Amino acid sequence: MTPDDGRILVAEAPANASRSKLKLIDCDVHHALRSSKDLYPYLATRWHDHIAQFGRRRPVPFLASSPYPKTAPALSRTDSWPPNGGPPGSDLAFLQEQLLDRYNIEYGMLHLLTSGMDERNQDLGNALCCAINDWQYEHWTQKDKRLKAAIVVPGEDAVAAVKEIERWAGNPDFCQISIVTHSIEPLGRRRYWPIYEAAEAHNLPIGLHSSGTNGHAVTSAGWCSYYVEEQHNVALSQQNLAISLVCEGVFERFPALKAVIIEAGFVWVPAVCWRLDQHWARMRGEVPHLTRKPSEYFRSNLWYSSQPADEPENPQDLRQVIEWLGWDRLMFATDYPHWDMDNPEHVFKFRMTEAEQQQVFAGNARAVYGLA
Amino acid sequence: MKSVRHGGIDCDVHPALPGMAALLPYLDPYWQEQVTVRGIDGLDLSSFPTQMDAHGRADWREAGHKPGSSLELLRRDALDGFGSQLAICNPLYGVLAIYNEHFAAAVARAMNDWITAEWLDREPRLRASITVAAQNAEHAVDEIERRAGDQRFVQVLLLSQDDVPLGNRRYWPIYAAAARHGLTIGVHAGSTYRHAITSNGWPSYYLEDYAAHAQGFQSNLLSLVHEGVFAKFPSLKVVFIESGFTWLPTFMWRANKTWRGVRAEVPWVDRPPSDIIRDHVRFTLQPTDAPPTGADMERVLNQIGSDDMLLFSTDYPHWQFDGDNVWPAGFSDTLKQRVLVDNPRNAYPRLKEALS
Repeated sequence: MTPDDGRILVAEAPANASRSKLKLIDCDVHHALRSSKDLYPYLATRWHDHIAQFGRRRPVPFLASSPYPKTAPALSRTDSWPPNGGPPGSDLAFLQEQLLDRYNIEYGMLHLLTSGMDERNQDLGNALCCAINDWQYEHWTQKDKRLKAAIVVPGEDAVAAVKEIERWAGNPDFCQISIVTHSIEPLGRRRYWPIYEAAEAHNLPIGLHSSGTNGHAVTSAGWCSYYVEEQHNVALSQQNLAISLVCEGVFERFPALKAVIIEAGFVWVPAVCWRLDQHWARMRGEVPHLTRKPSEYFRSNLWYSSQPADEPENPQDLRQVIEWLGWDRLMFATDYPHWDMDNPEHVFKFRMTEAEQQQVFAGNARAVYGLA
Repeated sequence: MKSVRHGGIDCDVHPALPGMAALLPYLDPYWQEQVTVRGIDGLDLSSFPTQMDAHGRADWREAGHKPGSSLELLRRDALDGFGSQLAICNPLYGVLAIYNEHFAAAVARAMNDWITAEWLDREPRLRASITVAAQNAEHAVDEIERRAGDQRFVQVLLLSQDDVPLGNRRYWPIYAAAARHGLTIGVHAGSTYRHAITSNGWPSYYLEDYAAHAQGFQSNLLSLVHEGVFAKFPSLKVVFIESGFTWLPTFMWRANKTWRGVRAEVPWVDRPPSDIIRDHVRFTLQPTDAPPTGADMERVLNQIGSDDMLLFSTDYPHWQFDGDNVWPAGFSDTLKQRVLVDNPRNAYPRLKEALS
């Protein structure tokens, strides 16, 4: 997941101005470390030595490659490598030019694909999360007020995670809490509840961007062979995650908690709800802590980023799915600078009313994140 | 209603093995002794707890009997109850989860002898899946060869959450044998519990396990398509049993989009996944996981984009619906007729030959 390597291919970036008059909120923007050394100013010397000697250890087979090599170096558009040499997303000026200015973006919600949460050494993981947040604050959100960060927390250590949340809560540069989605246990399990308690108390949504490694097979049927499978399977894993949050009673215990599912699509939500409701009706004796149908928690506590927006054979079917989902649930995202980025001008192949556009491209995110 | 119901082919009924004692007559002396001396019993799958209401409908139960263990009840409630001309038996005993592959092969063989003698020979309306020990494809192929001469065996049964996704080449000898003999591959919901049943670990509740079968099936569908199973075995049909199907349209949209972006990785997949799925994969009717209204169901059926894909099933004795309310709202009489008879006949080459 660390996009600090790969071949640099620079293509001409089209300099077109945005055709959209609408100010957008982009719910998935990837900034990046130029290298892990960017974090050293915020890490105790002990960790500099530790990283030099032992490196990072995560439950993955390779030191420096994804188990499923992506379609492009650093997972990114070939034209997104900054002219000054760093990896895609690592240069603020280039990100401003290619994304924020180009598409008239009022706010961009940052998601770093590096976290300390899946580091096996928990002390190092905690230190990395703290350092990442300091670095995000100093180098990104303080330099461009359009950019909003997520508090990266070591979610497997709830005590440390809550401490880190408390360190940033109330700071308007941080709009949500980021937990990696490939957690060691399903995120509805009790070990994660102190995080939700803090999130609810500080009115910070939980941002669940597909990410991380946990050592579990990437499918519920075991390890698949290809990236073309893995890419889709991370979305399936987010379905299991949503089911977990709902069925384990997280939203019953923390009714004001908001959770945003990011980069997992959204078209699957209605069918998951139909299935859950049907089988809950027969098995509800097992989950007496649920006072409502499972689908109702999806409607009150979960939101979804749009990218990658699905393309039904009949484009109107996407409208149908959003009707089932609820127009207030969907939030536009580009996923810049990744290869499968969605362009706001072409993302939806059916016509939305102005009111619908307003909701999806800005209004819903403004409400969820409490943006001015 | 009655006319459209009559004469269907029920593609998922579950005769239950009462226990290992019932298999003893069909085990060889070595395994008879092992089972007896070691007290081996109770290999029903944790995926399908037999005591749950959901897995034994109250009005289909008989005190003191495991749901599905009585032929008389299955006749009365499934065959006569729905006027079915044929029903396909899918026994769910835990053969696929046994770690000792020799034992697994022995139990598979005994299961097939048992279902032949105690079900197929006693009820001409029954057909069956071949139980195999897929832990070792050689064992599985031996068993398929042993049964292939009996036309009442119409498919080979696998589970949806095994060690690796079902497109993996370790299963290909099984697919080759199935294709050779005109047998369909049936994939039933169920996990061997050899690894976490979600990629985020173990959920707390059975409700989550059951819901997660849908994601497990979807992972398998990706695997079957992208590993190239249908390119290699163009005549092969795969039936997803107890998978639900209302997730299929949105799954296909995503699969198509991902394939368009990443298809250089799997050059043998030479057309959109949705085309391949519509040609090769079928789904049993129950559970339906229906949307709130019949009109919504019509939209889902329309998005599925084919009248050929659904196969009638009651999932007897599991409790998926009440009374004889097996049809969800939104199915036209024409579609029902296809689901009842035409689609099963086309999905199972051995039924096509058997029926006029």
